[in-house]
Amino acid sequence: MKERHDRQKIPEQKPSERINNFREVPFGYTEEIALKEASRCLECKKPMCVQGCPVNVPIPDFIKLVKHGKFVEAARKIKEANSLPAICGRVCPQEDQCEKLCVIGKKGKPVAIGALERFVADYEREKGDVIIPDMPPKTGRKVAVVGSGPAGLTVAGELAKKGHEVTIFEALHKPGGVLVYGIPEFRLPKKIVESEIDYVKKLGVKIIPNAVIGKSATVAELLEGEFDAVFIGSGAGAPKFMNIPGENCVGVFSANEYLTRSNLMKAYRFPEYDTPIPMGGIVAVVGGGNVAMDSARTALRLGAGKVMIIYRRSREEMPARIDEIHHAEEEGIEFHFLVNPVEFICDEYGKVKEAECIKMKLGEPDDSGRRRPVKIDGSEFSVKVDTVIIAIGNDPNPLIQKTTPGLEVNRWGNIISEKESGKTSIEGVYAGGDIVTGAATVIEAMGAGKIAAGAIHKFLMGEK
Amino acid sequence: MHKIMSKKKIAEDIYKIVLEAPAVAAKRKAGQFVVLRPEETSERIPLTIFDSDAGKGTITIIVQVVGKTTKKIALLEEGETLLDVAGPLGNPTHIERKGNIAVVGGGVGTAVAYPVAKAFREAGNDVIGIIGARTKELVILEDEMKAITSELLITTDDGSYGRKGFVTDALKEVIRKITVAEVLAVGPVPMMKAVCNLTKQHNIRTMVSLNPIMVDGTGMCGACRVTVAGKTRFTCVDGPEFDGHEVDFDELTKRLKGYSDMEKHYIGHKGCNLENKV
Repeated sequence: MKERHDRQKIPEQKPSERINNFREVPFGYTEEIALKEASRCLECKKPMCVQGCPVNVPIPDFIKLVKHGKFVEAARKIKEANSLPAICGRVCPQEDQCEKLCVIGKKGKPVAIGALERFVADYEREKGDVIIPDMPPKTGRKVAVVGSGPAGLTVAGELAKKGHEVTIFEALHKPGGVLVYGIPEFRLPKKIVESEIDYVKKLGVKIIPNAVIGKSATVAELLEGEFDAVFIGSGAGAPKFMNIPGENCVGVFSANEYLTRSNLMKAYRFPEYDTPIPMGGIVAVVGGGNVAMDSARTALRLGAGKVMIIYRRSREEMPARIDEIHHAEEEGIEFHFLVNPVEFICDEYGKVKEAECIKMKLGEPDDSGRRRPVKIDGSEFSVKVDTVIIAIGNDPNPLIQKTTPGLEVNRWGNIISEKESGKTSIEGVYAGGDIVTGAATVIEAMGAGKIAAGAIHKFLMGEK
Repeated sequence: MHKIMSKKKIAEDIYKIVLEAPAVAAKRKAGQFVVLRPEETSERIPLTIFDSDAGKGTITIIVQVVGKTTKKIALLEEGETLLDVAGPLGNPTHIERKGNIAVVGGGVGTAVAYPVAKAFREAGNDVIGIIGARTKELVILEDEMKAITSELLITTDDGSYGRKGFVTDALKEVIRKITVAEVLAVGPVPMMKAVCNLTKQHNIRTMVSLNPIMVDGTGMCGACRVTVAGKTRFTCVDGPEFDGHEVDFDELTKRLKGYSDMEKHYIGHKGCNLENKV
């Protein structure tokens, strides 16, 4: 039992194979590997890892259950704090959160908490052992949740477990928000998102698709109608562009559009699905975050001959997860650091054919603490491209703010809400996730959702 | 699921469909659109709400078959259902009493022009209608337009119905005769461009309703971006109506054809005769 193991790697598809399909890259742990990995956990009395988790998953407790082969119980232990473990096990940046604080990570490699979370969640689902916890009596209170992404699903699940009646309004035809339109199949299989959403539905949450709040109904109308409180978790909806000449050439996409076509509309299965997407050619992705990696790896799988990431800073400043950068590199994606496009040039049909770029150097640190990229005069050069994907972030979608008088927003248009409660400037209206913070991570949105759910519950029950 | 209450063919490949969509019908104003998806494998298709009946909980849409998904919609029969209807989307038209309003519809654009013309009429304006098509069989919604306009002029490119010529010829005549406070033009891009070129000379404010390629229709993807007064705008949330004198129509034309090699995809006429003239 005292045998010391190294951190167990997750078996995964070979790069040469996976670039030809949209199947998930890692296969996940086997029972044997999971047991080995779990045995590395020291079960600290004061677990630092739990503090690193935005929703405080009882990590040593669930890993202890794994050690004893109680995989289903381990999944249920996680679900006490987090209703979406199969998703978080896959897309959380554990290296910056729980695993960063793991004690054995100080000398060696931390326990693979994310991989274990994923393993037990998958195990529970595949064994068909998902159970609904005992539900408290109905409170008779009704809550409207705007958006069915990570924040909204968390709020809805938590409030349903407290006996409230929850209705989620989703603008698109399928629930899941960024989990469905943004993150590709090869990183987060949609059947997993579906089953996690199913779980939230089984808790009694009603989901209404095609309901664009701000258009179909306003927040005020929801409150005047049947709802006692509203949570806004509408996400970071509006794509940023670079505002350079030629950006509206045919073949220049926002990452949102490109990924929505492929993920939500299943354009990667065109013509079985009707929505088209360009396939093949030379693809340039502008940006250095996870969305840029997702776009680049999607392009590769759609048959691109060459895919380039164009990033204006250097490798060290890239916001993407290390795993994602690594996966992209393995798959043969080219990285061009310290380069930024200044113009896109199109042919006579308006189709993009060249990206005029300029070399950059790093200057003084900016507000984000990262060194500011500065143009190097006279270093312009041009790159042949067939498709360009702009993945430089999102601004908040203004639909709700514009139609909700009295709702305070900051200068970027993000809704202002209290960090410790999610309360906005309007009584009974709460907000959390990317619409408040700007684009962040799935788990941070879930953390905000969990906090807001607590505050909404108190509000509904008339507590202070 | 949204049941089709009635369906009528009004021209070759053009159908008038009344469908159940109570939530949309309750909120909808002139100038707004819905995004439809007949089934799981379909595209999301933006279509103007032609009319609505809040009491019955129905909306009316006019569908022209231009691609695979619109073909699927056209093949549905009364009693069958569409999977998704989202809306009402886009900004309603700003309707006020202005005087004489000329509403110009080209081809299936008449279906977009009609609800706005009706709203202007209900607000006490005098509405002059002009509808144009390539040929007699493609003239649509004549009776509906007649009912809400004080005068309706019809043009066909080949002279097979109404007067021979383009909508711009008829509009020229109207401008000569009366003071036009505002023009609304909806149709193929070359038609809207030609109308705007004409009204610019006469300094008449002209709104156009644009129908670029969209995906989500809620401001999330930017597929529908157009350049208006030198700035990029999203048609779905900033439009669909814009000041026609400020729209970059050439860019719009190119963006509409972005997928024509992958699929016959875009809405508007193929081989518009006016295009050659502009």
